[in-house]
Amino acid sequence: MSRRANQSVRLLRDLHKNGRKGMMIPEGGLENRPASELLPAEFLRDGEPSLPHISEVDTVRHFVNLSNLNYGVDNGFYPLGSCTMKYNPKINDEVAALFQDIHPALPDVYVQPLLGLLYELQQDLLEITGMDAITLQPAAGAHGELTSLLMAKAYFKDNGLTHKDTVIIPDSAHGTNPASATMAGFHVFTVKSDEEGLVDMDALSSMVNEHTAVLMLTNPNTLGKFEKNILQISQLIHNVGGLMYCDGANLNGILGWARPGDMGFDFAHLNLHKTFSTPHGGGGPGSGPVAVKKHIEPYLPKPVLVRDGVGFRWDLDRLKSIGKMRSNFGNILVALRALAYIKSLGGAGLREAGTMAVLNANYMRVSMEDVLPTAYPGMCKHEFVATAEDIKKNYGVKAQDIAKALLDKGFHAPTMYFPLIVKEALMIEPTETETKDTLDAFIDAIRDIVDECKEDPKTVEEAPHYTPVRRLDEVKASKELKVRW
Amino acid sequence: MNIPEGLKYSKEHEWVKVLDGTKVMVGVTDFAQDELGDIVFVNLPTPGQTVNTGDTLASLESVKSASDVYSPVSGKVVEINEKLKNTPEAINDDPYGEGWIAVIELQDVSVLDSLMNSEDYKKFIGE
Repeated sequence: MSRRANQSVRLLRDLHKNGRKGMMIPEGGLENRPASELLPAEFLRDGEPSLPHISEVDTVRHFVNLSNLNYGVDNGFYPLGSCTMKYNPKINDEVAALFQDIHPALPDVYVQPLLGLLYELQQDLLEITGMDAITLQPAAGAHGELTSLLMAKAYFKDNGLTHKDTVIIPDSAHGTNPASATMAGFHVFTVKSDEEGLVDMDALSSMVNEHTAVLMLTNPNTLGKFEKNILQISQLIHNVGGLMYCDGANLNGILGWARPGDMGFDFAHLNLHKTFSTPHGGGGPGSGPVAVKKHIEPYLPKPVLVRDGVGFRWDLDRLKSIGKMRSNFGNILVALRALAYIKSLGGAGLREAGTMAVLNANYMRVSMEDVLPTAYPGMCKHEFVATAEDIKKNYGVKAQDIAKALLDKGFHAPTMYFPLIVKEALMIEPTETETKDTLDAFIDAIRDIVDECKEDPKTVEEAPHYTPVRRLDEVKASKELKVRW
Repeated sequence: MNIPEGLKYSKEHEWVKVLDGTKVMVGVTDFAQDELGDIVFVNLPTPGQTVNTGDTLASLESVKSASDVYSPVSGKVVEINEKLKNTPEAINDDPYGEGWIAVIELQDVSVLDSLMNSEDYKKFIGE
């Protein structure tokens, strides 16, 4: 990240010189008449669009220089916890590119090969999750959550169980869980975690009643811990007629080893952009398919991709469907990338990926434990949450300062201050794709920074020192949000 | 950590100051504001609204997270700190003064007995 130290990129607006236009439009052989003669007055602009005048080469340089300031998994290590920033194999893009020119409204009969691939992806995802039916529509994880909860709502209504109006969510959950439940019209109750970082079974038992509609659970959870009481939890919820929702964001930690369907989940969303190696830096596009058990199938968003005697087709004749969640059948090119990944690795390869993700996380956890301890000690799955609480207490340096200091060492920072139940949290997820050399380099960087916290805390508190911009005014950015110029 | 004497404290890190017989002022503690980081937005209750102990009284958004402020008492909201709409940072700068959140008219004054004094709160946060 320090590669481009001191380089600044001027805004397009500042490059503007009046009349410096990038292109000339040739005469078209038609009579040149002003727009006011051709269009009614109400359709005319009040003036020229306010676009900067810049030469073509300066425009190209502006964007290329901006892209050089970017940092992604192709630049270096990106241990952003709960985001599974694994390497995205380039063959995925080659496969997706074969289909990029297909119009989404083409009749089924013209796109049989594409539909066949999407169907194959669905079958693979069902096998991986242990579920019965699936939709590829949701555009990302939170969208998959909402899709599931709307299906739950439809299921309860259809079965005359409208009194089921509450959703239980652990205090370690992703913030999107309560947001999705609220959007779907449920009341949200939070269940606390026990001293091991797992759902507190006593607290849960006392909360579950006839109003309980859904328990939303991430397994492995955001502390990287496997909810070992999962079968007991599922039984508790099912006993009162409730449904189990699996937030599949952390599937990488159990990939090929355990399946949400076998744990008693009725819904499981998947993040193809995490577990299945499609790009998701910069916000997307993602893909959050939802797999369900048989009793939820009638409520899947339509159209549903089906196979019959003739071939593959989109089935719109779904009376109980919650309707469309996304136009054009989801983010197809992301789905194809995920399929390329699954086929490249195969079943044994996927299991190996899950194994290595867990091994890497535990290697890092143990190697740092003496300087940056884990909040909930013991074996983790694909990620762990370290706490800088003691460092803050002893030297005044916060988790955020350590994260900023990592930028100077050329690494992307881990997730900070999440989950909320851990003080001064740093959530680290190495993924399976990194070599031991990279993991060691990061561990060394952490050890150096912790040493610096003791010897010269001020330097860490003022980090980063070598990035193109230093600390930004987050308060101003939050209070005076400007999303366009 | 600033923990003034004479105030009552909740386990959820709110302070309660008795104004007169039945009215109390409520805000969040110095410890809470330090944990939250720079506060950028405050969602205030509506005057006249009734709250029960443990209900969400307000929510605070900081650069780190969004957190609910749970009402440490039951009663009716009679006044809110309108100034926080424009200067939410008052909670960071002066949590026990300019950063107050609401004035509540108590339903039952005995609720105050269930809250901690400054000594107990100090022990509670491990100071």
